Amino acid sequence: MDNKHRPTRRELIGVAATVAMSLAVSRRAIAQAGARVIVIGGGFGGASCARALKQLNPLLQVTLVEQNPTFTACPFSNDVIAGDRSIKQQQFGYEKVASGGVTVVAQAATKVDTSARTVTVADGSVLAYDRLVLAPGIDLRFNALPGYDEAASEKMPHAWKAGEQTLLLRRQLEAMEDGGVVAIAVPANPYRCPPGPYERASLIAHYLKTKKPRSKLIILDAKDAFSKQHLFESAWKELYPGLIERVSLSQGGKVASVDSSTNTLVTDFGKHTVQVANVIPPQRAGRIAEIAGATDKSGWCSIDPVTFESKQVSNVHIIGDACIAGGMPKSAFSANAQAKACAAAVVTLLAGGTPTPPKLINTCYSLVAPDYGISVAGVYQPKNGLLADTEGAGGVSPLDAPHEFREREAAYARSWFDTITAEVFG
Amino acid sequence: MKALRFAFLIAPTIACLGTAAAASLPPPGAASCSGCHGVHEPASSAIPRIYGRDANEIVSVMTAFRDGSRPSTVMSRIAKGFSDDELRPIAAWLASQK
Repeated sequence: MDNKHRPTRRELIGVAATVAMSLAVSRRAIAQAGARVIVIGGGFGGASCARALKQLNPLLQVTLVEQNPTFTACPFSNDVIAGDRSIKQQQFGYEKVASGGVTVVAQAATKVDTSARTVTVADGSVLAYDRLVLAPGIDLRFNALPGYDEAASEKMPHAWKAGEQTLLLRRQLEAMEDGGVVAIAVPANPYRCPPGPYERASLIAHYLKTKKPRSKLIILDAKDAFSKQHLFESAWKELYPGLIERVSLSQGGKVASVDSSTNTLVTDFGKHTVQVANVIPPQRAGRIAEIAGATDKSGWCSIDPVTFESKQVSNVHIIGDACIAGGMPKSAFSANAQAKACAAAVVTLLAGGTPTPPKLINTCYSLVAPDYGISVAGVYQPKNGLLADTEGAGGVSPLDAPHEFREREAAYARSWFDTITAEVFG
Repeated sequence: MKALRFAFLIAPTIACLGTAAAASLPPPGAASCSGCHGVHEPASSAIPRIYGRDANEIVSVMTAFRDGSRPSTVMSRIAKGFSDDELRPIAAWLASQK
């Protein structure tokens, strides 16, 4: 033991300096020479984020994991249901995302190991990350509404994920005889696209008024108040008098169970057997968020409002419909805005910096008729751990606007869709 | 379709990303604009182009939206969420996006 070398103070300092230097070098090396960021989910949030990351720091190795080769957008899918738009206009590929330097892995993510910082995909490949962004959108909670499971959705479509379900609901409306009844079952908050069910009711009513004028539409609602309520109700009175009936929560509108064999929706106050039943069930964050350990008891993901980093697991960020974004609604616009703010935060964190608190905008347009648009907008910033509404900003379109105003908002809605899809996929 | 460039300023020397990155990022609020205003907005679009516009013009239009002296559909509701101190860097950043 006596002959054991005891390091001198100078040697210790030298070792410490070497370790510190190598740590500094490796951190900078990660930031500069291609830190690895994986984004799971290729919708408005995920595809935007992947592209923004690559734009902000071209040296990053950005991988987008998305099993579907084609994305089908939900905004304007109610127009498809109403027969005014082709599903093709809703569909986008990932060629431009890939040609911009993002590695696109067309497989489902099956496992996330947040300790080892790896993602496993369907073919068993394991991908390593320094930061992970989850943008999985929603999953439908089929077990939450008795009688409504995946098989039932083939008879009573939800059409809340755009694609085949959208077309199924469209076909059912086309097949329905004049004089039939269409029902839309609306869940309690929170869910994807708060004004969506009422836009859908409006555009289906437009179709019925035009093509099947003896038909009726009933909204069975699990809540009392809803987004842009006064605007919708005022427009319904003007455009679709006697065609749309809404039964609120207080009036017994909450659907307690369904029977898909007879197209029946059961509420506390009665049964509605209808020709076409659109059942929008309760929702939660896409499954991979739960697998990653990023969901809380609510089924959604709580986040830091500055970085979008999970409050549950470190180095994992959640954006879009899956996250709890305070005052921000679950919309495509929100997902896209959050994606860009999250990308900036991730780039800053990987470079060893401190992200600046973001300021975010959301604008949601709804069509009440093809030439009649209304909107809600908001400006958000971190406050008390959430993304909070900026006081004095935001709100809905005026209630007493002239028709020209409504036409302009309908035109803006279409321009918005063209612009945002060009930014995300074009 | 022509590939669209993202509305972000890329720092010319990304090599020193440590603190340079923060300087290259859009100021708070600016990145949300491209949700509606396309970076390469065609002349036919109902929504006006804002990228590459004069910064002072952007500030004066936004303040006019905010105080209601310029009519709008949605912009007055958005402009009310931003102070002059927030609008100036946003406008400067938008102006720099050619």
